[in-house]
Amino acid sequence: MAGIPHDHYEPKTGFEKWLHERLPIVSLAYDTLMIPTPKNLNWWWIWGIVLAFCLVLQIVTGIILVMHYTPNTEMAFASIEHIMRDVNGGFFLRYMHANGASLFFVAVYIHMFRGLFYGSYKAPREITWIIGMLIYLAMMATGFLGYVLPWGQMSFWGATVITGLFGAIPFIGEGIQTWLLGGPAVGNATLNRFFSLHYLLPFVIAALVAIHIWAFHTTGNNNPTGVEVRRGSKEEAKKDTLPFWPYFVIKDLFALAIVLLIFWAVVGFMPNYLGHPDNYIEANPLATPAHIVPEWYYLPFYAILRAFTADVWAVQLVSWITGGIIDAKFFGVLAMFGAIFVMALAPWLDTSSVRSGQYRPAFKWWFRLLVIDFIVLMWVGARDTNFPHDWISLIGATYWFAYFLVILPLLGVFEKPETPPETIEDDFKAHYPDAPSAAE
Amino acid sequence: MSHTDDHEGTRRDFLYYATAGAGVVATGAAVWPLINQMNPSADVKALSSIRVDISGMAEGSQLTVQWLGKPVFIRYRTQDEIDAANAEDPSTLPDPEARNENIEAGSPATDQNRTLDEDEKWLVMMGVCTHLGCVPLGDGAGDYGGWYCPCHGSHYDTAGRIRRGPAPENLPVPVAAFVDESTIQLG
Repeated sequence: MAGIPHDHYEPKTGFEKWLHERLPIVSLAYDTLMIPTPKNLNWWWIWGIVLAFCLVLQIVTGIILVMHYTPNTEMAFASIEHIMRDVNGGFFLRYMHANGASLFFVAVYIHMFRGLFYGSYKAPREITWIIGMLIYLAMMATGFLGYVLPWGQMSFWGATVITGLFGAIPFIGEGIQTWLLGGPAVGNATLNRFFSLHYLLPFVIAALVAIHIWAFHTTGNNNPTGVEVRRGSKEEAKKDTLPFWPYFVIKDLFALAIVLLIFWAVVGFMPNYLGHPDNYIEANPLATPAHIVPEWYYLPFYAILRAFTADVWAVQLVSWITGGIIDAKFFGVLAMFGAIFVMALAPWLDTSSVRSGQYRPAFKWWFRLLVIDFIVLMWVGARDTNFPHDWISLIGATYWFAYFLVILPLLGVFEKPETPPETIEDDFKAHYPDAPSAAE
Repeated sequence: MSHTDDHEGTRRDFLYYATAGAGVVATGAAVWPLINQMNPSADVKALSSIRVDISGMAEGSQLTVQWLGKPVFIRYRTQDEIDAANAEDPSTLPDPEARNENIEAGSPATDQNRTLDEDEKWLVMMGVCTHLGCVPLGDGAGDYGGWYCPCHGSHYDTAGRIRRGPAPENLPVPVAAFVDESTIQLG
């Protein structure tokens, strides 16, 4: 395997040698854990561990919840109440699972914006970035499927609206929607298959995570300077790196402890803060809640979905060109998925020769605007569609696309970047002049 | 290594193609039922038609019934609502088609074409917003005195025709008919 040169596992005892010849599993674990890691990683690099924790938390609490839940439209809502009231500690497990999804998305968004700022998506880490985007999509799907299971009002109407997105596809949309729902409307067939897939997808995510880790262990981690670890020799590499164990494991666990302090305060004291009261009303196909609001983590993309109505000139133009095949509804759907797709294309849209945003004076401001844009879209996604929210979401959605499709390509041409340090060691010594060097 | 100039099909070539061909067919045959099982099952498809008793309805009132898992609006309209709907030229509406399964497809969205009876008193339509499937609020909601979808702000007029907002089509009129004076059959 390519990678940063480092000491590999040497089986020592007789048993280790015996096992190693048959199954080099200890070697795999050792090399994974002792991977040379750039020693200048800052606190933005701790979210990977938080994400790994979230995945385990969701799978463990999820498997337990399934022991008490019934996926049937007649009994689902009651079985959730059974978990909340009767099952020993059931309410706490469910609150952990529900809020665990929120922590998962907090962590993934910070993790993604970390990558966008420090240029972690750029060559040679494109595959890591794309696998990451696939994980993000799988997370969104899993979160949506799971939200339907309690069979509350938001569950039912969220499922109706989101599967309606597929109905917007020209010609085959209605067939696909009926196929997804297993009937003319959201019903028992829908609930059953959503339950099955909600159980399946986390394991798909786990597999993708393994590939994600494999990919960035092959290229090595990015770091705040965006300068690559020197790979000429083991000695040179050691000046730029420290082994993941114990240095970064301890740092990450410390950060995880602080994150979990806040997480369990939320779970313990305000478990429904991020939820919607409407979901404590059993699903009713005859009445839509006054405001159907998705979970907070979908809001930026939900805002983009709603931004493109029939009176936007771009929508009218596209509709005219395609002879009405792409109407406002389908345009909105394309925009929502497109907003994620352009993010996945970032490695090829960013033309700058400098990787890290730290040394890109103009990029910094456009990036900060993108973060603000994301937060504004999240805010406006939970509002109604009247003035001025329609304009805010349209401007926000436009900036999102402009950042990836126009600003990133042009910045590489027009921006004059600063010079990054020669090596990671130089950067580290500039920050910590008194630290002992690894060579001694 | 053996090398041959013989370009005729050999036994081995035949076995390759036969195996690959059988594999493709078998895979296709195996995948189709896995996909098809997700389509509506026989009990769901067993298309039921229902009869709705409207004898108790007063002018200006609305009934919502569930049919095929979806809500159906039955409105006994007032003269004001009928006049408001007739005041519009259907060709200038966002969706100029009637969307009525009881008449020819593509008919213009006149009030007559949208309603069930000669006097245009009875409006029967699916209570499913054509945008993303929410149930619109009725009883004069919205800016056009008809229905208003709270999800994404689509306004429908007194004939259930889309007037403003993201919804692309008028609320569809399902197959429906009067069985007698006080009963409407859906489906």
